[in-house]
Amino acid sequence: MLEIKDLHAGIDGNEILKGINLTIKKGEIHAIMGPNGSGKSTLAKVLAGHPSYEVTKGEVLFEGKNLLELAPDERAREGVFMAFQYPIEVPGVSNAQFLRLAYNEKRKHLGEEELDPLEFKDLLKERAKVVEMDASFMSRSVNEGFSGGEKKRNEILQMAVLEPKLAVLDETDSGLDIDALRIVAGGVNQLHTPENAVILVTHYQRLLDYIVPQFVHVLAHGRIVKEGGKELALELEAKGYDWIKTAADAGAVTIPAS
Amino acid sequence: MLTEIATKPNSYREAYTALQASKAGDHPSWLRHLRENAFARFEELGFPSVKDEEWKYTNVAAIAKAAFLPDVSEAVSRSETGAGEPAKFGSPETLASQLIFVNGKLRTDLSSVAGLPSSVVAIALSQAIGDERYAEIVRSNLARHADFVANGFTALNTGFISEGAFIHIPRGITVDQPIQIAFIADGEHLSAASFPRVLVVGEENSSATLVETYSSTGDSAYFTNAVVEIVLKEGARLEHYKVQRESQSAFHIATTQADLGPNSSYDSTTITFGAQLSRHDYVVTMDHEGVECWVDGLYLVTADQHTDTHSVIDHRKPHCTSHQLYKGILDGKSRAVFNGKVFVRHDAQKTDAMQTNKNLLLSNEARVDTKPQLEILADDVKCAHGAAVGQIDEEELFYLATRGIHPDLARNLLTYGFAEEVIGKIKVESIRAELDEAVLNRLNARLEA
Repeated sequence: MLEIKDLHAGIDGNEILKGINLTIKKGEIHAIMGPNGSGKSTLAKVLAGHPSYEVTKGEVLFEGKNLLELAPDERAREGVFMAFQYPIEVPGVSNAQFLRLAYNEKRKHLGEEELDPLEFKDLLKERAKVVEMDASFMSRSVNEGFSGGEKKRNEILQMAVLEPKLAVLDETDSGLDIDALRIVAGGVNQLHTPENAVILVTHYQRLLDYIVPQFVHVLAHGRIVKEGGKELALELEAKGYDWIKTAADAGAVTIPAS
Repeated sequence: MLTEIATKPNSYREAYTALQASKAGDHPSWLRHLRENAFARFEELGFPSVKDEEWKYTNVAAIAKAAFLPDVSEAVSRSETGAGEPAKFGSPETLASQLIFVNGKLRTDLSSVAGLPSSVVAIALSQAIGDERYAEIVRSNLARHADFVANGFTALNTGFISEGAFIHIPRGITVDQPIQIAFIADGEHLSAASFPRVLVVGEENSSATLVETYSSTGDSAYFTNAVVEIVLKEGARLEHYKVQRESQSAFHIATTQADLGPNSSYDSTTITFGAQLSRHDYVVTMDHEGVECWVDGLYLVTADQHTDTHSVIDHRKPHCTSHQLYKGILDGKSRAVFNGKVFVRHDAQKTDAMQTNKNLLLSNEARVDTKPQLEILADDVKCAHGAAVGQIDEEELFYLATRGIHPDLARNLLTYGFAEEVIGKIKVESIRAELDEAVLNRLNARLEA
């Protein structure tokens, strides 16, 4: 589904990603972990097409298409979704209006008929159950006045409505209390199918207790320095990131070929 | 303040003389004197010049040059426009509570107040002046609130007082349906001046909603110079919506003066979409305790439109609360001026005043001059004010893009959301829906341009 080959990218002339290689197949869940500043959020933003980041080398294929040639909105319509670490507030636009617009843009792209407000309301009611959100959220402005947990749930609600093929969740666990974390993770688990894939970008192992990845990749200094199964996350939790950073600095960690 | 254009008012003198000479029996002497004083004051003041600090950014020379002629004849416009179609000009909610003025004259065939409680008065101002039941209340209020000594346009309007509306909500009466006063400029080749005059008196503990609209059926260059006086007595409540959608070639000058009684509540929303040049002077005076008011607005201008709002929110007594949110959306080479003064006088302890002006520029050529001003003489008050001018936020655009929304559509959605913060508070459903649509149409036209 997704093939990242020797990806180099940065911002304002500073290279942050220094040769990322990663292959993701449908049905898989991958965790990207790493210390602050390792480049994991940059990777998420580059995949979504944030205009501030410049790709200087490498390629990203999504279902065989060159993802980097597509504008952010085109990537989204192709089925790439990013849940934001800090979701943006959109005053004056209701959640329902916003979601219907986004949903219909995707339907149009797929050559399907758009849903009118009433039809969409039914669909939204159904999808909202995934993150246990009640109807009052739908008439409120997008993320405006939402608590941190509500914003993250709203991100997963958007994912539930848009049904992406590839969901990149950027620090979705940050700022969540344990109940909200359980709801958000439960939502992602319900939405994960053998036909789609999920990338979890996270600093902490905690999220991975709820959403269990098959693959864990550890980033340091813009490179993947260690890869393994879900046990690797536990090891990081126990030992911290310092040994990885030290090892990476010393060049002692072997970078496995993907 | 006299300028070279101050000699031009002579073009109005003829019409003024004709007005004073007409229908002599209907004009009580106090009204004749009022007009006389006001017109004399207008001739002294003339039209304001950009040398006047209050008019620094708004040049009204074009209004003086065009020599618009007021129609002071008694004949009602016999244009058939809209005959039998009151719904075309009013709103569904106000079909039985509306006064429709076409080219400045009340059209009884389009108006109806049958749906109002029988004690509520909504009639032509001229009729109220001639009716002994209302003459005294009109005499004691008309031109007693809107000052014509300082403002040439108000003086001009006052010199021509004849057409307009009188609304009286008696003590303790709650009017559920909104009352609409619609001023419509009808015709393709208008070059007229009209001087709408409205007096609204809300007695003790009354409650009502007023919808004041200005619109046009064509694209003529005409001149509207309106003065609206609002008087609320103790405990009275008024929701006031002003929607200005004049023709894009028109000139719209207006003064709104609200004098608010003890514990009264005044909630106003002013929407400005129309006119080539518009200027709104808004004065809200709280000379009693316990008043709460909202003075909100939205201006959305494009092409070469110019809009200017000068507001004064005057806290004169303790324990009053004022909220002001004015938002502006500017496209093309349009220009907006916002000057908002909040006065907190010496006696006005425990004042709570909040003022915000936010502007969204959609083009590099648009320009806004904003000046929120807070003058506080009391020492135990809570006041805040601020102004912002910005463009669509790139992070917001990116967020919408990651949901599959094209940047053009995303810009429109964000602009719509910006406007919605003001439009969304309008409680008259059809007016809100119409404005929503108007905003979206403007934005879509922008995409197609």
